[in-house]
Amino acid sequence: MSATPVLALRGVSKRFGAVQALTDVELEIHPGEVVALVGDNGAGKSTLVKTIAGVSPADEGTIEWEGRPVRVARPHDAQELGIATVYQDLALCDNLDVVGNLFLGGELFKRGVLDEVEMERRARELLSTLSIRIPSVRIPVASLSGGQRQTVAIARSLLGEPKVVVLDEPTAALGVEQTAQVLDLVERLRERGLGVILISHNMAEVREVSDRVAVLRLGRNNGTFTVADTTQEEIVSAITGATDNVVTRREARTTEVNQ
Amino acid sequence: MSTGTPAEPRETQHEEPRTDAGTAASGAATATVDPRLLVRQEGFKGYLTDLGRRLRTGELGSVPVIVGLIVIALVFQLQDSAFLSANNLNDLFVQSAGTGLIAVGIVFVLILGEIDLSVGSVSGMSAAVFAVLSVNQGMNEVLALILAVLTGMAAGAVHGFFFARIGVPAFVVTLAGLLGWNGLMLQILGASGTINLDDDGVVAQLTNHYFADKAAAMGLATVCVLAFLGFSLLDARRRKAADVPSRPLSEIVLRTVVLAVPAYAAAFVFNSYKGLPLAVVIFVGFVVVGDFVLRRTGYGRKVFAVGGSSEAASRAGINVSLIRISVYSIAGTMAAIGGLFLASQINAANQSSGAGSLLMNCIAAAVIGGTSLFGGRGKTWSALLGALVIQSINSGMALLGTGSAVRDMITGAVLLAAVVIDSVSRRTQKTAGRA
Repeated sequence: MSATPVLALRGVSKRFGAVQALTDVELEIHPGEVVALVGDNGAGKSTLVKTIAGVSPADEGTIEWEGRPVRVARPHDAQELGIATVYQDLALCDNLDVVGNLFLGGELFKRGVLDEVEMERRARELLSTLSIRIPSVRIPVASLSGGQRQTVAIARSLLGEPKVVVLDEPTAALGVEQTAQVLDLVERLRERGLGVILISHNMAEVREVSDRVAVLRLGRNNGTFTVADTTQEEIVSAITGATDNVVTRREARTTEVNQ
Repeated sequence: MSTGTPAEPRETQHEEPRTDAGTAASGAATATVDPRLLVRQEGFKGYLTDLGRRLRTGELGSVPVIVGLIVIALVFQLQDSAFLSANNLNDLFVQSAGTGLIAVGIVFVLILGEIDLSVGSVSGMSAAVFAVLSVNQGMNEVLALILAVLTGMAAGAVHGFFFARIGVPAFVVTLAGLLGWNGLMLQILGASGTINLDDDGVVAQLTNHYFADKAAAMGLATVCVLAFLGFSLLDARRRKAADVPSRPLSEIVLRTVVLAVPAYAAAFVFNSYKGLPLAVVIFVGFVVVGDFVLRRTGYGRKVFAVGGSSEAASRAGINVSLIRISVYSIAGTMAAIGGLFLASQINAANQSSGAGSLLMNCIAAAVIGGTSLFGGRGKTWSALLGALVIQSINSGMALLGTGSAVRDMITGAVLLAAVVIDSVSRRTQKTAGRA
């Protein structure tokens, strides 16, 4: 793991009207590292993802890319830097085949005509380097399973050669076997030296694939843990804010009221 | 998961053995295949089994409409032997051109998952614009024709603008168009209500000109078949070179024969009457160009993407509004061109141009031909096949002397059957979703 994080958030705050969604959030992602972003509903995970993706820029704080402060004001800025975001609701076209979806918006042309052969070749190459199993690259995405669709959506984000991939609950709607497929893919992304931000509710899968866990609680950092030397209980109590200390519980409650 | 039989790499993704050190680049020699994957066998047998699987899982394509056409032809032929005469078949083809051209535009709109109810009125209006400009104002016919087509394009762009930018449902916008453009047509036709066109003019020739030379029909059929064969072979060679699945030679030959039989049959029929009709050349030309645009260009891919999921399309950087406006412009343009063909058939523009069952026939033609009402799926060829079905029913009923009452009921039943097939095949495709 290199010393400089590929992506770092420093003191990021975001306010929606009367709601302080994020307060002084810090986050670092190194190349070849999977960072799980966990937290209860409303903890600010999705807001943080939107900040990183440039969908809703932060009010305060800086984003550093490979050590340099950068501006991420639009989705285009994030893509330009090399941040690919795969949203929960997939964003695939059901009627197009796998090749069509992978290259949607970035089709290859030959003499002004779609170069289906080259697109199909590259699609097969990409899918096979990621060991993604799809019945055929020429069937409509509608006939794929949820897990296969999710892997196609992730593979699609990799065509732009990103350095950081943000996965927003990639396994939320998937069965056991399909979840395993997606987690395998996450590990392969790490092997390729990509930084991965994985948002998940599932502690077991967080512990399975991630190197570090960043906990958000009520829009603030509530600890970053190295998975190898942390118990599940520690992470869960950081998420829920439940500790064995009455004082901290009371403190949490008062900060909640103050917001 | 890694159990399975070694098989040809065709139509499969390689599954690397899952070892900790298993990097993606390891050899394909040890590749095993998930038994659930669709492994297509090499050669002609593989083509047949694949075809059978596709039919079973609901990818019916043009099969129902072709079966329907054959059934219709047989039924009418048994009732009246004049149905399959060269004369009748020729008229049937020529008269389907107007409806079919409008239906080509409808196919584009249906792929978007929308509807255009205004095409009948737009076709009547453009015919009226042409008649007024060329006959009443004495304008050059070609110029008047171009202006008439541009009128249709503009009308379509107006629909597209209100739908895409203002957010009015397409159904309502085009319903307003249905009324509004019809009113405008009546307005510009003026008091007389009927303007007769020049018998030897450009528009009159659209459906009345024939290439009498027998070489024309045969030559065109040959060019089409050879072009199809050539492009198929070229494509197969490129695919082989790129190591992606390609059609086997036997399949290419079969497909070419399937194309060649109707092409030469049509050429023979035309030659035994007056020769190759100009209307058919233009109609098929638009169908082929439309098919090329939809399947081979970036624009067509965007149209399908917006029809599949406008959300996904806009996230992929596609300008959804622009695509919608352009598709409605195409529908308006095709409506105008079709309107000129319909005017050519009666050699006049009158108050009933574009009225009556024309709109429903055009939409029915696209749907009967196999374009999905649910958006995201369709081909311009369905406009051709569907228009032939509708015109066959019209023509057969006219031969039998039954009135329009029975004809409309039968056309309605055929449309319903087409929509049922579409819905059922969609459901079958979903349940056959392989996972």
